[in-house]
Amino acid sequence: MPSETTAREAGRGEGGPVDPAWPGQPEAVGTSDWDQDGLDTDEMIVNMGPQHPATHGVLRVELRTDGEVVRAARPHIGYLHRCFEKHCENVDYPGVMPYTDRMDYVAAMGNTLGFALTVEKLSGIEVSPYVQTIRVVMAELQRIASHAVAVGTYTMDIGAFTPFLHLLRDREKILDLFEWTCGARLLYNYNWVGGVSHDLPDGFVRATRDLLREFDSVTFPELLDLIIHNRIFVRRLSHVGVCRPELAISYDLTGPNLRGSGPARDLRKDAPYSGYETYDFDVCVGKGQYGPLGSCFDRNWVRTVEMRESSKILHQALDRLEKMERTDVHEKVPKRVKPPKGEIYFRTEAPRGQLGYYLVSDGNVNPYRVKVKSPCFTAMSVFHHLAKGMMIADVIALIGSLDIVLGEIDR
Amino acid sequence: MRQWLADVWEGFFTVLVGMRITWRHLFTSPVTLQYPSVKWPLPPRSRMRLFMKYEDCIGCGQCVRACPVNCISLKAEKRPADAPPIWAANGQPIKLHVAVFDIDMSLCCYCNLCTYPCPTDCIYMTPEYEFATSDITQHLYRFAKKDAVFLTEDPKKKAAAPGAAAPPPAPQTPPAKPAGA
Amino acid sequence: MDATYAYLVQLLPAAAGWPPWLVVALIAALPALACFTFMSLGPLVYVYAERKISAFMQDRLGPMRVGPYGLLQTAADTVKLLFKEAIFPKGVDRRLFVIAPVLVNVGAFMPFVVIPWGARLQPADLNVGVFYVVAIASLSTVGLIMAGWASNNKYSLFGAMRSAAQIVSYEIPAVMILLVPVMIVGSLSLHDITEAQAGGLQSWFLFRYFPLMPVAFVVFFVAGLAETNRAPFDIPEAESELVAGFHTEYSGFFFAMFFMAEYTEMFVLSAVASVLFLGGYLAPVPALQQIGPVTIGSLSIGPVATGWLWLWLKAWSLVFVMMWLRWTLPRSRVDQLMYIAWKVLLPIALVLVAVVGFFVLQPATAGGFPWDRWVGWPLAALLVAFLFFVMVRALQWNRRRAQELAAQVTP
Repeated sequence: MPSETTAREAGRGEGGPVDPAWPGQPEAVGTSDWDQDGLDTDEMIVNMGPQHPATHGVLRVELRTDGEVVRAARPHIGYLHRCFEKHCENVDYPGVMPYTDRMDYVAAMGNTLGFALTVEKLSGIEVSPYVQTIRVVMAELQRIASHAVAVGTYTMDIGAFTPFLHLLRDREKILDLFEWTCGARLLYNYNWVGGVSHDLPDGFVRATRDLLREFDSVTFPELLDLIIHNRIFVRRLSHVGVCRPELAISYDLTGPNLRGSGPARDLRKDAPYSGYETYDFDVCVGKGQYGPLGSCFDRNWVRTVEMRESSKILHQALDRLEKMERTDVHEKVPKRVKPPKGEIYFRTEAPRGQLGYYLVSDGNVNPYRVKVKSPCFTAMSVFHHLAKGMMIADVIALIGSLDIVLGEIDR
Repeated sequence: MRQWLADVWEGFFTVLVGMRITWRHLFTSPVTLQYPSVKWPLPPRSRMRLFMKYEDCIGCGQCVRACPVNCISLKAEKRPADAPPIWAANGQPIKLHVAVFDIDMSLCCYCNLCTYPCPTDCIYMTPEYEFATSDITQHLYRFAKKDAVFLTEDPKKKAAAPGAAAPPPAPQTPPAKPAGA
Repeated sequence: MDATYAYLVQLLPAAAGWPPWLVVALIAALPALACFTFMSLGPLVYVYAERKISAFMQDRLGPMRVGPYGLLQTAADTVKLLFKEAIFPKGVDRRLFVIAPVLVNVGAFMPFVVIPWGARLQPADLNVGVFYVVAIASLSTVGLIMAGWASNNKYSLFGAMRSAAQIVSYEIPAVMILLVPVMIVGSLSLHDITEAQAGGLQSWFLFRYFPLMPVAFVVFFVAGLAETNRAPFDIPEAESELVAGFHTEYSGFFFAMFFMAEYTEMFVLSAVASVLFLGGYLAPVPALQQIGPVTIGSLSIGPVATGWLWLWLKAWSLVFVMMWLRWTLPRSRVDQLMYIAWKVLLPIALVLVAVVGFFVLQPATAGGFPWDRWVGWPLAALLVAFLFFVMVRALQWNRRRAQELAAQVTP
């Protein structure tokens, strides 16, 4: 059950210093740094604690509310921090791959793809078109699976339980494909520096086409009919959390969060990688069809139609795979990954936005520094701005529409 | 007024559309597989429990270096000078005596990076996933055997010789129990 | 009551000589006990049915392990809840805390006293039947507020207040609609209302006054859904909201009592709706009202009245529709809920009462203006024709779309 801290209980005295000999240390978790003495008498501090079914991970949100209306919101992150960037300094480049999987664990293919492309760019490795096409297929399948989770859990937060299970049923089929190819269902370690870990098994193309046929003709239309155009769903979301395009750009929102507000910026079109420039697809933007542009509904709408665009890309990629000559997927994988001294920043379009890797290499087998620009981290930064003036029930709609995964925010 | 009527009608209608979909789903077959009574086969590339065939290990330590979480511990000593020469199944001579080879599966992240550098392919991931225990120390698998039977003839020479027997079979899925916890 | 007295005397001839107060007490207790026993076994079945129905709608199986096909699941859950510690949080008002679930259950079970299961199978045929149902069902609102207050938890109080506001707002359109069958029949007694629908399927109130009564039925059903806190109006007990509602602090047996009350209220609402609109214990074809006598060899199973079976079937199908709605629709926000009550349902209800009342008062025949013959049936025929036409077009469109999709996907 979410805990609540009243103004009296969450007073400064409760936390206190953890170690008296450590000057300047942060206060213990559980206190609020808002000045409680300055609170109005009918304002309350409400804690949506780290354990909450609707915060999509271990996120603590502190709300200062006046009755039902939120006056200020402050998210506290860090509950899932696992020192990813420190680990990278102590393992070699292939060893960093499993760690990158575990950041955004809902869309793991995208993370490894980003890191592999970053190191390849720095090292000057170019993979064959066959490997590029495989990478695109895996990335787009992962995009469908990730958006299925995002849209499904979002509708569950709003109260409709059934679309979540229908979408997850299709996601299971995608995960079955992944398991067939590389052996794992969620954390694949699939994209390697210079190639991929396993070649596609025989029959993969046909199995994927079957999956897409069912998705295109049954699951997607049903999703639209059952929930997306449902009047109650629309009314819940279409006037909530409106993020104007200028605000979105100033807070550096990327991905569906930005496209929901209007600007059609997609790295697969603006700075293509892995052969994306050769595919024919549209960039999905929010249309404001039921309310002001940039509402929670629009962001959710962008994720929904992006699933169909991914399906379009997949059909093209599968056609190419059938006709292309198959090369060895380990052909360009170096025996020892040792990029030359230098630094590079490379970004890819992950399902949650622009995922960037800033890599500093000093010529050794271990990276010198890996810094990740996480799209969910920047998405969370706009939360406090949009939450002002909302009702408490809408705060949950807002968090879900930003589609955050705490593993990526905290790394 | 017209907007109000349109709203009411749309609200009513979308509800009916949604109900039709759930009604249809009432009659589609469920996708649940009831796990303990029904176990479906995993694909052959599945990355579950690690297995190491001790008789083929040459003690090179490549897997230890490749592992990102340091879950493999290896202690190898030089074999005594008077010991008979032994070979791994793929023909590589074994020059070291592997005294300790422990894999701590509670640390393993199932990334499969250890299997690629192995020169003799003696370490690989198997589709065996039902090895949960209530005691975490049981997840430390000790693969070093005291009574291992090594190949005392170079299998490459044996295969090339006329009238040679068929080469030894490929590694099979190992038995369910760990090699001594 | 007379029938019960005669039955009692038949069973125990000595009862004719007993003091009146004992006889009255027995006559009152026997039907009440029978009624209560049967009705309290209801939730056991409803909970199982809900879990199974929701599972099948979501492409999964539901309870399967406890007993064959999970039939004993609810029994196991009940036993578990009974054995759980009933936690009394610090500072609760113990007396109110315990009385609250009792009151809610009283409000849920008492309406069964007037529901007619057959022409003479009714615990008490009060001549203010409808009024009694409305009045006694409001007791559960009091219990609800009591639960929120006694929990010593400001969020329970919030939830209870919201819930009470919701229930009170939806009472008004519900009661207005209740007046419509009462006006047509001219009596508040549920028995009379049922008898006024005698004569087969076409004389059920649902099919009279063609477009008006079905609309009245829908309005009543929706208002009833909101009164029983069922989706899409289940904000008070929403799991993914910040507060978990008025029964947050209840555990163990008390929680089981709230649960039981909710499902019983669902059944009560369905039973009352069936009596008012769907003909109560009347069979769709008068010949089926009594099945009998059936001779098997020398055994003759004499005429069996099937009234109770018909009412049970009708109430069950409405309960099914409630469950169906719950798993299809998302939740409405509190203010949207209020909007629906005051600005949609109430105007429709008022208009209906006025129009039906006007036509009932016409002196043309004994039952008022023969709406059915001149307006109702023609309109119904037109609607059926229109729906048929729409269905044919939809099938054509579907077929064309399926062809398009099949052409898109290369074989």
